[in-house]
Amino acid sequence: MLKTLRKIATVGLVSEPAPPPDELLRVRRALDGRIAAVLGRALCIRHVDAGSCNGCELEIQALGNPYYNLEGHNIRFVASPRHADLLLVTGPVVRNMEAALRRVYAATPDPKLVVALGDCGCTGGLLGECPASLGPVSNIIPVDVAVPGCPPGPLRILQGILTAISPPA
Amino acid sequence: MPLRRWWQSAQALAGAPGVRGLGAGSEEWVQAARDVAASGGTLYALWVAAASAGAPHTSVYGAYLTDVGVLVVELALPAGGDPLYPGLEAIFPAASRLQRAAFDLSAVRCSDPDRRPWLNHEKPYEFIRVDGEGVHEIGVGPVHAGTIEPGHFRFSVVGEKVLRLEAHLGYVHKGIEQRFAELPILQGHRLAARVSGDSAVAFSWAYCQALEGMSGCAVPPRAAWLRAACLELERLANHLGDLGALGNDVGFAFGLAQFSRLKEDLLRAVASAFGRRYLFDIVTPGGMALDLTAEAARSLINAVRAVCSETAELRTIYDEHEGVRDRFTGAGRLQPELAARLGVIGLAGRASGQARDLRVDLPCPPYTELAVAKAVQQDGDVAARVAVRFEEVRESGRLLAQLLSALPAGAHAATVDTPADGAFGVGLIEGWRGPVLVALHAGPAGSVRRCHPHDPSWQNWPALEYAIIGNIVPDFPVINKSFNLSYSGADL
Repeated sequence: MLKTLRKIATVGLVSEPAPPPDELLRVRRALDGRIAAVLGRALCIRHVDAGSCNGCELEIQALGNPYYNLEGHNIRFVASPRHADLLLVTGPVVRNMEAALRRVYAATPDPKLVVALGDCGCTGGLLGECPASLGPVSNIIPVDVAVPGCPPGPLRILQGILTAISPPA
Repeated sequence: MPLRRWWQSAQALAGAPGVRGLGAGSEEWVQAARDVAASGGTLYALWVAAASAGAPHTSVYGAYLTDVGVLVVELALPAGGDPLYPGLEAIFPAASRLQRAAFDLSAVRCSDPDRRPWLNHEKPYEFIRVDGEGVHEIGVGPVHAGTIEPGHFRFSVVGEKVLRLEAHLGYVHKGIEQRFAELPILQGHRLAARVSGDSAVAFSWAYCQALEGMSGCAVPPRAAWLRAACLELERLANHLGDLGALGNDVGFAFGLAQFSRLKEDLLRAVASAFGRRYLFDIVTPGGMALDLTAEAARSLINAVRAVCSETAELRTIYDEHEGVRDRFTGAGRLQPELAARLGVIGLAGRASGQARDLRVDLPCPPYTELAVAKAVQQDGDVAARVAVRFEEVRESGRLLAQLLSALPAGAHAATVDTPADGAFGVGLIEGWRGPVLVALHAGPAGSVRRCHPHDPSWQNWPALEYAIIGNIVPDFPVINKSFNLSYSGADL
């Protein structure tokens, strides 16, 4: 126990400030300013892997580390779409995940936001559209913010999320 | 016929060292499998390559990991006839899903009575039901409660106790093999890196190894050493992530906070050395996409040293924490005999006494000069899989110090020629999860006829279904995490 406490004390706080929103990532009209203000105080995210290679997932997981300290920015991941304000969707949407993605979207209460993540989520990526893959997330559900990268780094992902909940510029 | 005879009659294949191939008829196909099993070997991969201009027959290939090397057996199917080839599921349990997936991808059917589609999800999946008083089912997924990949798990339970688990995967099937056939063979390494993003270096190296062997390219020593450094960095990053997540899954949030911080430290050091946090598109045909300066190598050595020394400190904390020890010990036990029967490989195999590691058994340069120490445990429980990770972090730290401090001088890449139509090569690299195989068949004019990338998760998913039996449902997350298998890698 003493070693654990000593370690916590030695490491101290390493959290870094959040990046500013980036309007260039927005692909759809921003939410009404008042709603954004309400969501922005405590945002709940549901992550959906719709066909990713798991590279983007590694960087989403990094958001929880002490440097990015996602929960410190009043943002957390939730276990059900019914509790979510925002869907964070990775991968080209593959045929075998299409029904699941549509059901998750339908189960998320309005007003809902969608952030498409990674080159695959934004454009279909290296796989594009083929018999097994239906291409970008926007082919299946409306997307508010698209964050490219293969994979995008945690700061860029956080920036995408903050852009989605920021009032119109 | 003992395995030795099959091995002696086989020809060396292009690509990884210690890989040989031979053609077989239907009877030999089964007999070779039996002889491999009798000698303690295991079926590793199975794929189908359709006939093309350069290759007149559609063939089924089986790759076996044995004590003498990797044996690839080719069964050419008669043209025009009923292509029902003999299934191997009675000899190697892992064959069943491989054969069903091969059918979904190539419409070539085997004799296996289990004909449920695996990658094709058009019809509802028929799970095997458990009957009895008080038995009920819990279905989980495909979308899970955390940031993980999609798959469906069907638990049959009595109270909290798991009687049976059946996984239904294939949700992230994205047509990787078909996509390879649309890419120029000299660019396939980019797709290979994205078969399973957490194993980007392992897959792209295996792809390049096959390709370079087929086209007779000699990889400069400096490139080989840099590739190995990248592979060990990938191993380190994944192990650190898992060690943190495993602590978190038993309620020790301190572990997640500390290990995720160390992983971030490592990724930032990697980014300043290689310009990217995850090492996609850095292993390229002929060598490396970029070189490392002496100064960058030095700061990488220091970062790795710091991360490894803190990991050693945290290991003491994990080992001494009663709550952590209580949850890890005995959970999800996979006995060595069962692991051998199921053909469990890689990290999970080594935690259950299966002492295979390609870096030692079939080393390619620079592992031929590095004398890697295998991390092997016998207990087969979560604690054993944690211990293997701790030991491999230490060993990768040692290897990285050695690799980065003595990088050979010279070029970091060579040119690669397009391989001839009909050429065939196999790449084999020990990734962090286990051995990764890429079987590459060249087509005409620099195209790919077939490429089968194979992740060790194929072999280890069925083992998870056994490891959970008799455990309680709330222990599933930590047991699942202790294997940390790839969905994308096996869904193709």
